[in-house]
Amino acid sequence: MWPRLPRRSREEGSRAALIAAGSTIIVFGLILWVILTSEAWPAVQRQFFSWFHFKESFPAVAEGFWLDIRMFLVAEVLILAFALVLAVIRSLRGPAFFPLRAIVVTYIDLIRGVPILLLILLLGFGVPALQLQGVPTSRLFWGVAALVISYSAYTAEVYRAGIESVHESQRMSARSIGLTQVQALRFVIVPQAIRNVIPALLNGFVSLQKDVALVFVLGVREGLREADIYNAKTFNYTSYVVAAVLFLLISVPVARFTDWYTERDRRRRQAMST
Amino acid sequence: MTSPKLEIKRVSKAFDEKVVLEDVDLAVGLHDVVCLIGSSGSGKSTLLKCINLLVPIDGGSIVLDGEIITDPSVNPNQVRQRMGIVFQAFNLFPHMKVIDNITLGPRKVHGTGHADAEETARRLLDQFGLLDKADEYPDRLSGGQQQRVAIVRALAYEPELMLLDEVTSALDPELIAEVLNVIRDLKTSGMTMLIATHEMGFAKDVADQVCFLDAGVILEKAPPAQLFKNPQQPRTRQFLQRIVEAGRL
Repeated sequence: MWPRLPRRSREEGSRAALIAAGSTIIVFGLILWVILTSEAWPAVQRQFFSWFHFKESFPAVAEGFWLDIRMFLVAEVLILAFALVLAVIRSLRGPAFFPLRAIVVTYIDLIRGVPILLLILLLGFGVPALQLQGVPTSRLFWGVAALVISYSAYTAEVYRAGIESVHESQRMSARSIGLTQVQALRFVIVPQAIRNVIPALLNGFVSLQKDVALVFVLGVREGLREADIYNAKTFNYTSYVVAAVLFLLISVPVARFTDWYTERDRRRRQAMST
Repeated sequence: MTSPKLEIKRVSKAFDEKVVLEDVDLAVGLHDVVCLIGSSGSGKSTLLKCINLLVPIDGGSIVLDGEIITDPSVNPNQVRQRMGIVFQAFNLFPHMKVIDNITLGPRKVHGTGHADAEETARRLLDQFGLLDKADEYPDRLSGGQQQRVAIVRALAYEPELMLLDEVTSALDPELIAEVLNVIRDLKTSGMTMLIATHEMGFAKDVADQVCFLDAGVILEKAPPAQLFKNPQQPRTRQFLQRIVEAGRL
């Protein structure tokens, strides 16, 4: 086999760490110095990073953000389930399923082609205005519904990519032991497909976790709306920064987790193929 | 003479414009082993998949025990349970343990109870020397073991006929023998088999009849002694000549 590369000595390793630490301190120190000594900084600090306004706006924004989290959790569960149904229908073969496939393809094309904000406005203001009997009139309800409808179209395509990534022999093997098309998808294809697209699904989580804030246009008092209200009262933008920090507290760890999971999955596949 | 177990009558198949099978006629008697040989792309695999109804045929008919299984009124899922098919590779479901791979069909299709299905599966695994692999995942098995499990899985619902599609083509040379031995055992037990293979020595040894396929046509069909020693068609002679030159016969 290949000659093994000489392992890096401990001395070399600690030198590399020292260089990394040194250059990091110098680069970030310079950036901070430039910002803090610039003429605009006092104004920026007053408007965006005021400790007083941070404390003042935090309780309301945090309470609104809790609604964002709940909207995210409810929407995500519904999206994962509904999108899977769409993807499975789209994957069914045979002429008998043509009408079902056509409906799903049309749905996915239409929904993906419309700005999500438009959908939120259309459903959030439009449907309650109809005043239909037995139809919910809550803007919050229709805002979340719009998110579910829109994200399901994208997520269905993620699932479909996963379904198509499973080797054709797997489908043939499943059918050859007498499973029906739906059984083959359920027991053989979909479990493998989902495993293949978990990183892509996690990316969708990060995206949705931010996009729930879009329902603020309906006047729903979630985190961004509360920050907006505070700004309108005080003309200070620190409340937006509070909202940003709260969103980052969730989305950065999820993004790191996605990277970690994707890397682990990649290594596992490599180990399997050797 | 009794009617054959399996009869293929003037079957043709084309993918788009490309003709893969053309007026193929073939009969396989009960307990017979028929080997299909020929270069890659000659239609061997497609023929097996047509018999299993995984690939719809364009013309002709396929008859199993006197029943026309290519008739649209026949439920393909029920036909498939009467025959086992094993492919070159990727047969096993990687997310399931060996035992679950084998019991999935009987449990979901026949509604066999969990305990009964497992008992049958373990008995078969034991019979083929694989009992200690029952609770492993497929990626922990060698390629040869995986193919043997795939054969066991096909046997789990007691098929009347086995279709083997180049089951050793993706294997390391040293793993081929263990799989071929399983097939020999099946022949001894009287299983009717249709085998697509590149292993000429094996075909010579195990087949009752050998068919040479070329460009979707069965050019020649004869007992192995005759076909390998004294091929009638120039194309068959050319094919066998190249196999000999490659040191594979």
